[in-house]
Amino acid sequence: MISRKVNNVQEALEGIQDGQTIMLGGFGLCGIPENSIAALVEKNVTNLTCISNNAGVDDFGLGLLLQKRQIKKMISSYVGENAEFERQMLSGELDVELTPQGTLAEKCRAAQAGIPAFFTPAGFGTEVAEGKETREFNGKMHVMELAYKADFSIVKAWKGDEAGNLIFKGTARNFNACMAGAAKITIAEVEELVPAGTLNPNEIHIPGIMVNRIFQGEKFEKRIEQRTVRQK
Amino acid sequence: MLSKEDIAKRIAQEVKNGYYVNLGIGIPTLVANYVRNDISVEFQSENGVLGMGPFPFEGEEDADIINAGKQTITTLPGASFFDSAFSFGMIRAQKVDLTILGAMEVSENGDIANWKIPGKMVKGMGGAMDLVASAENIIVAMMHVNKAGESKILKKCTLPLTGVGCVKKVVTELAVLEVTPKGFKLIERAPGVSVEDIIKATEANLIIEGDIPEMKF
Repeated sequence: MISRKVNNVQEALEGIQDGQTIMLGGFGLCGIPENSIAALVEKNVTNLTCISNNAGVDDFGLGLLLQKRQIKKMISSYVGENAEFERQMLSGELDVELTPQGTLAEKCRAAQAGIPAFFTPAGFGTEVAEGKETREFNGKMHVMELAYKADFSIVKAWKGDEAGNLIFKGTARNFNACMAGAAKITIAEVEELVPAGTLNPNEIHIPGIMVNRIFQGEKFEKRIEQRTVRQK
Repeated sequence: MLSKEDIAKRIAQEVKNGYYVNLGIGIPTLVANYVRNDISVEFQSENGVLGMGPFPFEGEEDADIINAGKQTITTLPGASFFDSAFSFGMIRAQKVDLTILGAMEVSENGDIANWKIPGKMVKGMGGAMDLVASAENIIVAMMHVNKAGESKILKKCTLPLTGVGCVKKVVTELAVLEVTPKGFKLIERAPGVSVEDIIKATEANLIIEGDIPEMKF
């Protein structure tokens, strides 16, 4: 067994520097690597390019990095839940690349799968396709999109083992499963880190080869963005 | 004139037995409440769930189980979870039968704009561009006119597009319109709304053939 275990979040984030490109898993606040984000705030790295479907909310998730102006450029599909984000974007302080969600996911997956580029119909005829190669397949127009190139990928899983194998829970799988192994170095924070041999190999979502460093997060707030309930 | 709930109720009639359906945020989300209960339908949410159920009971909400609107949800028997790339894979591969989403503008050739007002509002397209570029059957739920009373049913969209030539049907508080190769065809009118009322509220040309029936609920 090759161990991917590191002792804590500080060890996991070693080597992250100003100006680097970092992928971060999660959809809204669901499945975000919250321990790593908190540590990035503390580490005070700046000029980051972040690839993440959303940008958190004002006081949680990537919103914390935005507050401290640590992000230079954000690559996302939807950023509507964050007022500070909108302010920085409209004032030009923050560079933003809005990408269709399926394209964003596939650009991660392509990087993960060693595919440099792919064609998708999403965005054809819109400003998203401007300056990109387009091509017709089966009578339909498609846009060429490139795989992302990132220095670090930070994902969050429910369970993981020392070998780096990951299991996600519910819709917290989202971009986490697409980003694992999609950057030069992948960091996984998990709610529960168990010894190798504990998890059933049939139930692994992401094999440990895709994960370079794994650690158990100290505390998970798992904040809910829209608490919707019905009465009994 | 229809309420938002009524629009959702009318669109629910388009949901057929055996359909996998993706619902957008806003009025489309309400459609799930009005689908006949004697048919089998599964709701897909693009953040990675098929077989979405109602909101959880108070105290049973789970931060790890949400829909694309970031709302806490439950799952029904037969449900499954998957990652975002897989989710859009099933959308692009047209496994999802019906997509219902909101719009700021729709044009008579089926173009849709719903993600950006330059200089004012930039929230992003989320999954809308992928959905409209891939889905076979797209129904738009929207208000016919904006708050200033201007038509949102246009000859040509003025806002940045989400997709081109993709919308099949539009349901508004006034009417049901079908997008045909020749433009918008008026199919039904809301109870108490006249054909003239609809023409007045519509910037695009309308194809009107024979008597236009009232919507039935």
